[in-house]
Amino acid sequence: MVKPTKVTNSIRALRFASGQMTQAELADRIGVTRQTIIAIEQGRYSPSLEMAFQIARVFDVPLDEVFQYPDSHGETK
Amino acid sequence: MPYEEKRAWIMLVVSVCAYAAYLIVIVGRAGPTPLAEVAYVPTLLWSIGAAIAAQIGLSIAAGISSPQARKRDQRDREIGRLGEYIGQSFVVIGGVAALLMAMAEWDYFWIANVIYLTFVLSAALGSVAKIFAYRKGFQSW
Repeated sequence: MVKPTKVTNSIRALRFASGQMTQAELADRIGVTRQTIIAIEQGRYSPSLEMAFQIARVFDVPLDEVFQYPDSHGETK
Repeated sequence: MPYEEKRAWIMLVVSVCAYAAYLIVIVGRAGPTPLAEVAYVPTLLWSIGAAIAAQIGLSIAAGISSPQARKRDQRDREIGRLGEYIGQSFVVIGGVAALLMAMAEWDYFWIANVIYLTFVLSAALGSVAKIFAYRKGFQSW
């Protein structure tokens, strides 16, 4: 069984906040396939640090507004 | 479905079908004679050749049917490496088994067949690992 990632993300919300950006548009902006964006949004794939920064740059927000990691008490940061 | 996942499905189905067809022909040809005395070389070469041709042909067809999806990104490369890494274990097992069988002076039939079997298992297991990673998730961190 694949160990599920604890990393969560707000890509879907950020896409809608950025003028209803589609998954295909975001994929084109960072040079990946739409399937990869879908996998990241659904938590089935953790992108590389470089790709994570590219995604944050597209939305013009800090990295931790795109990706969150829970602390030991379960609170996401 | 990503193009690379389609290719993994093609590899899995083609390699298993080609090996199954080979087994059916060889076992059918054997009858009462021992398996090791059956003429297996032409059938084995045809089976491998047909599998390679089918793999290439179906991959091209899959690419033509969805040209947009042919792009290969970081996730595809990472999943591809995972599949190769897992599949390669069977190539090593096959090599060691063939070495031991050669040293023990087994028939060529069994040596060739154990190598072919491990190639098929390598392709099948590597493909299953890729499909699993595409379907269930893959974490590189």
